[in-house]
Amino acid sequence: MRIIVCIKQVPASLDVRVDPKTHNLIREGVESVINPFDENAIEAALELKAKHGASVSLLSMGPPQVREALRKGLAMGADDAYLLCDRALAGADTLATSYTLAQAIRKMGSFDLILCGRHAVDADTGQVGPELAERLNLPQITYVSKIEITGNKVRAERLLEESREVVEAPLPALLTVTKELNTPRYPTALGIMKAAKKPLTVWTAADIGATPEKIGLTGSPTRVTDVFEPPGHRRSEVEMLSGKPEEIAAALAERLQAAKIL
Amino acid sequence: MDFKLTEEQELLGKTVRDFAEKELAPRDAAMDRANELPPDIVRKLADAGLFGVYFPEEYGGAGADSISALIVMEELAKGSASIALTLDAHWLAVDPILHFGTQEQKKRFLPDLVTGKKLAAFALTEPVAGSDAAGIQSRAVKDGDSWVLNGTKAFITNAGPAEVYVVAVKTDPEKGARGISTFIVEKGTPGFTIGKKEDKMGCRGSVTAELGFSDCRIPAENLLGEENQGFRIAMSTLDFGRACIAAMGAGLAGAALKVAAKYAQERQAFGQPIARFQAIQFMIADMAIGIEAARLLAYEAAWRRDVGLPYSKQAAMAKVLAADVAMKTCRAAIQILGGYGYTRDYPLERYFRDAKLLEIGEGTSEILRMVVGTSTIKELG
Repeated sequence: MRIIVCIKQVPASLDVRVDPKTHNLIREGVESVINPFDENAIEAALELKAKHGASVSLLSMGPPQVREALRKGLAMGADDAYLLCDRALAGADTLATSYTLAQAIRKMGSFDLILCGRHAVDADTGQVGPELAERLNLPQITYVSKIEITGNKVRAERLLEESREVVEAPLPALLTVTKELNTPRYPTALGIMKAAKKPLTVWTAADIGATPEKIGLTGSPTRVTDVFEPPGHRRSEVEMLSGKPEEIAAALAERLQAAKIL
Repeated sequence: MDFKLTEEQELLGKTVRDFAEKELAPRDAAMDRANELPPDIVRKLADAGLFGVYFPEEYGGAGADSISALIVMEELAKGSASIALTLDAHWLAVDPILHFGTQEQKKRFLPDLVTGKKLAAFALTEPVAGSDAAGIQSRAVKDGDSWVLNGTKAFITNAGPAEVYVVAVKTDPEKGARGISTFIVEKGTPGFTIGKKEDKMGCRGSVTAELGFSDCRIPAENLLGEENQGFRIAMSTLDFGRACIAAMGAGLAGAALKVAAKYAQERQAFGQPIARFQAIQFMIADMAIGIEAARLLAYEAAWRRDVGLPYSKQAAMAKVLAADVAMKTCRAAIQILGGYGYTRDYPLERYFRDAKLLEIGEGTSEILRMVVGTSTIKELG
């Protein structure tokens, strides 16, 4: 079995600034990490590898520093990694990204399962996984909190807002996973030492035969026109209530009623 | 000369920082209050392969270099000095088995120790002999195919949870330093007891206790190294231990600096954040300068070790400096937080208590200044 895990490198802190002109995230000087849900995807792949035997390939698109994220995934136990790195790929929205990833996956050869995080915590779209499944014409199961593979089938539990849904699909398939699926392992010291020697292939847009009009900023119909904090986002006012417990409770109830909460 | 860390060292540092932030820092205050080493944390350290970071792969280690070991120490200490100390004390015992052990001893003991399945402790200090290590009084007497140990060891870190002990005792009382040998003693050996657990000022999440030997009979094959070679073995493992303690000091000071710098930016006085005041900036600057210098000295010691150069002096210098830096940094950090720094709502008072150990354990700052002083005078004289 071969599992491909798509990962994205995101800023470690959600307290990121936005460039007022381009409306893009300012990534300079911000520590980067693997998108947390993508770590769950890596962990899931490694657990499936331990259970069924599999090779795990990582795939990412981004600037050269994404090598760090891929190395970490390799240190966790993935077998090889692919980085799509080209200035022409910069500024991609989800449509261009899913196109680029699909091109790369076609070049990577056969696979049984693709795992993605449910969404990236920096842009929060949750679109790349589903789009990728469409482009590769694969069955997709999103928001997965449990995975079981038997024979040529995957059975997954989907974590929905007020229910859980169990879905079955034939392999190959694409799953997007939630943090409820597992707890990602720390890379071991030995894993880290070995990661440096595992293959990490860097491909340009030309290497994956991408059509220039479909990639990067050119291939991205989405335009971010403005980024702002929602209005009415006031600093909360704090009033300390004092007295005996019953007095505090009465005062609190009074205020909640006045605020029409009760 | 190259100051750049390798890709592996960078990733190791980042991984251990993450581990320390998530697994250690949130529990360090509780460990301090309980005066206990939580076994599950030891297991997590083992799962992450940190026990064996600089030990050979054939024994289950990661085969990394000595600088990697210091990176682990520094990052762990940012989350919990107690846990860094626990690992350091473990290495003090495992290192001499690797370097002076027979093939049989290595095969028998290293796999479990390098993978962290078992914890180890190194025992040199006695109630009557600390800095004057050659003045120890515990004895081992050969009796046929075994050695019989008698005596008491004091302030032994990991004593209790450790399963394997490397113990230095006199085998020739007439000869001072040249009459000491080291032995490997396993927990449960008849005549070997774990004594009183210390109620320490700091690093309370690590266990420190006495060891007692009363006609404790161990097989001859448990002699580590040659007979009467023990002092050299002890000094050799302490050299690297001192570099590790220096890195731990840099980590502890780094944690204190982070708290102080954050507070200085948030705390307002006279209409502006106190970070704008030169008095505060100078304190922060001295912290940063000291930490950087201590880390680099420790790295130099580790680098010399890896390329096979003598490094006792550099390790001693690094530890003296790092201990001073950790103490000064904690003191200044508490000063920056004022009344808040003096409470247990912030970790600084704990860091301050933890830091004091660095001036005492594995060679007091005074003994180490003697090491540096005598060797410097010799070089220049």
